[in-house]
Amino acid sequence: MSALPDSVKDIADGLRRAGYLPGESTALVSYLATKLGKPVLVEGPAGVGKTELAKALASYLDRELVRLQCYEGLDEAKALYEWNYRKQLLRIQAEADGAGWSEVQDDIFGSEFLLERPLMRAIASKAPVVLLIDEIDKTDQEFEAMLLEVLSDFQITIPELGRVEASSHPVVLLTSNNSRELTEALKRRCLYLWLDYPALEHELEIVRLHAPELSETVARRLVEIVGMVRELDLKKPPSIAESIDWARALLLLGAQDIDAAMFRDTMSVIVKHRTDLDVVAERVGVKLTALPRS
Amino acid sequence: MEAGAPASAPVGIAASLLEFAEQLRGEGVAIGTSELLDCFAALEQISWAGQQTFRAALASTLAKSQEDRRVFDLVFDRFFFRAVEAAAVREEVREGEDAASALDGESAEIDLEGLRAQIAQAMRDGDEGKLRDLARLAIAAFGRAQEGSGVIGVDVQRIRRALGLRTEPQPELPPEDPRRDGLPRDGLRRFEALLRRELERGQIERTQALPPSRPLNELDRALPSGPLQDLAAVHRVVAQLKRRLATQGHQNRGHQRRQHVDVRRTMRASLETGGVPVVIKYRPRRPRRPEIYVVCDVSTSVTSASVFFLSVMHALHDSFRKMRSFVFIERISEVTDVFARERNFKAVSEAIGRDAGVADISGYTDYGRVWSEFKALVEDDLHPRATVIVMGDARTNGRDPRDDLFAQIAARAGRTFWLNPEPRLYWNYWDSVIAAHERHCNAFECWTTRQLEDFAAALARPVDR
Repeated sequence: MSALPDSVKDIADGLRRAGYLPGESTALVSYLATKLGKPVLVEGPAGVGKTELAKALASYLDRELVRLQCYEGLDEAKALYEWNYRKQLLRIQAEADGAGWSEVQDDIFGSEFLLERPLMRAIASKAPVVLLIDEIDKTDQEFEAMLLEVLSDFQITIPELGRVEASSHPVVLLTSNNSRELTEALKRRCLYLWLDYPALEHELEIVRLHAPELSETVARRLVEIVGMVRELDLKKPPSIAESIDWARALLLLGAQDIDAAMFRDTMSVIVKHRTDLDVVAERVGVKLTALPRS
Repeated sequence: MEAGAPASAPVGIAASLLEFAEQLRGEGVAIGTSELLDCFAALEQISWAGQQTFRAALASTLAKSQEDRRVFDLVFDRFFFRAVEAAAVREEVREGEDAASALDGESAEIDLEGLRAQIAQAMRDGDEGKLRDLARLAIAAFGRAQEGSGVIGVDVQRIRRALGLRTEPQPELPPEDPRRDGLPRDGLRRFEALLRRELERGQIERTQALPPSRPLNELDRALPSGPLQDLAAVHRVVAQLKRRLATQGHQNRGHQRRQHVDVRRTMRASLETGGVPVVIKYRPRRPRRPEIYVVCDVSTSVTSASVFFLSVMHALHDSFRKMRSFVFIERISEVTDVFARERNFKAVSEAIGRDAGVADISGYTDYGRVWSEFKALVEDDLHPRATVIVMGDARTNGRDPRDDLFAQIAARAGRTFWLNPEPRLYWNYWDSVIAAHERHCNAFECWTTRQLEDFAAALARPVDR
């Protein structure tokens, strides 16, 4: 287990080594999160590397990543803990003859009968972990309220057992696609990080990191085109992950340059809606032939 | 010291930050004490040498949504700019003479063409510092050639025009000129902001006083509905609305007082526990999916808003299956088919412009006629579970509003909403008759995203019947 970072630069370098190129504010907020022990709420469009950030942090800090994927109808039984009913019933039946009620009752509400779910696991873990609560905006408001205890005090109250306090301090990341307004109470407890599509140079670096064999000129042209495509009004603008996919596809095809024909053949890697394809072909495909070759 | 300037005595950073937070609160960003404590804790951990770091630390602890971020950026720039200038005035630091004399010698041979190319290059590279220097150079060059108008906004535009900086491509220029393909729009915007800032700085230096501070212009944060603003921005707002509508109603589930036990699912769940129903499953309560009638004004008085309204209609069509849409100016016309047929927003607005045939003679809105036609069209279909949404500014151009007809429509429908694209301040002035209509419906002003969200919440709220 590595020590906590000493400066913003440390964490930026560390994330870089883990294969994630952080922007300035990303590194800063990650640093503050480790130092202040506050959860981070990460928002931004789909595919800008919100989840990747958590993975990179875990790998840099050399910690286990505990992930809780949120969805509509997620409840505490699946997020926190659940009593193992089957085992409890077995226990009762095994003791059915003889043993008094009170012994059995004390018995069946022990930690032996507890099924740990992600949040519980993150709290109870001996070694510190990175906890990723993914797509928090998909859950109900009640679930958010339940999270508050975990996020501010790092403890969970189980009525039958008492309070379980964190033995180590996890780094917590919450991601949201902003599909609904989160409650003030939750935001209040978090640091806020807004991730947007990266600037041209930054994205170029990211693409070069993930597809190092691609020649500089092609990579530059690629991110320029992706930038152009994002300018258009699309159903789903291409994300960073798609730029990388495209870079790999071009590599595989051994492309020396992205011309109109090559673009037409491969653009389905970055554009994934029927109507979007038409718009992009019309608006960007034409420009490609006109652009001077770089 | 003039009124409105920060306090004249030097104040500690803590006091300054509190004042900054106070200003943010004044602009509607909710900042509690806990946020401020976090902010100070964060500042202890970082070096203050770089403005970017300092700013990011403040932003991550104080502004916790995209909208708050936008306000934060505006207030941050304003606050610290003023603080620096106030300090400069207090300490009587002047750079004016040196810089001006240095430039004076230069200005004679400032090469306009070179300046243009350099600015365009800096914009392409996104080099903020360079761009700032160039802005100062440009002001120096033009401030001398012509007398400044004294109004900063006018000067900014004059300089921009004189430099020939435009977003559209300029094919007549030689191919190596970076302006040939048109300049990036945000780069140009940044350059204008820098020009503005530098002009302001010059003004403060000349007058030795800060102009009184103004609250942020409401329009800075208003819905992107102005004719100048691009459609993509409208779509971003609407896309968000769409997602909200899709998830609306679910969050209220826990609040139901009466819930129905789902026997089937309870029995199935009990199999896990040997037939003992330990977990009771409830039947989920479906969010309200009302039948909707949308009536939208597309006349010239709401031109800027109607693009926005049409895209809201488009979004509603995606979320509600039972929906009929109408557009009107003098007459009313049903466009449900257009929306059903065309998935592409652009095609929809074109088709409406071409086929709807809602303008008759004058092209001015005639609410009386519209209501009577609308009533004839839908009267038999309206029922207490229907929702009618009217989008328009309720300006009658002096004609009879016939709100009695509107009242009859509203009485037949379950709920009636009115979305007015004008700020409440202008309601009922001139020929606006919203008050007469408001008696029969819920009227919302709708010109910022937040107001639109309020409306979306009201629309999807389940009604107990």
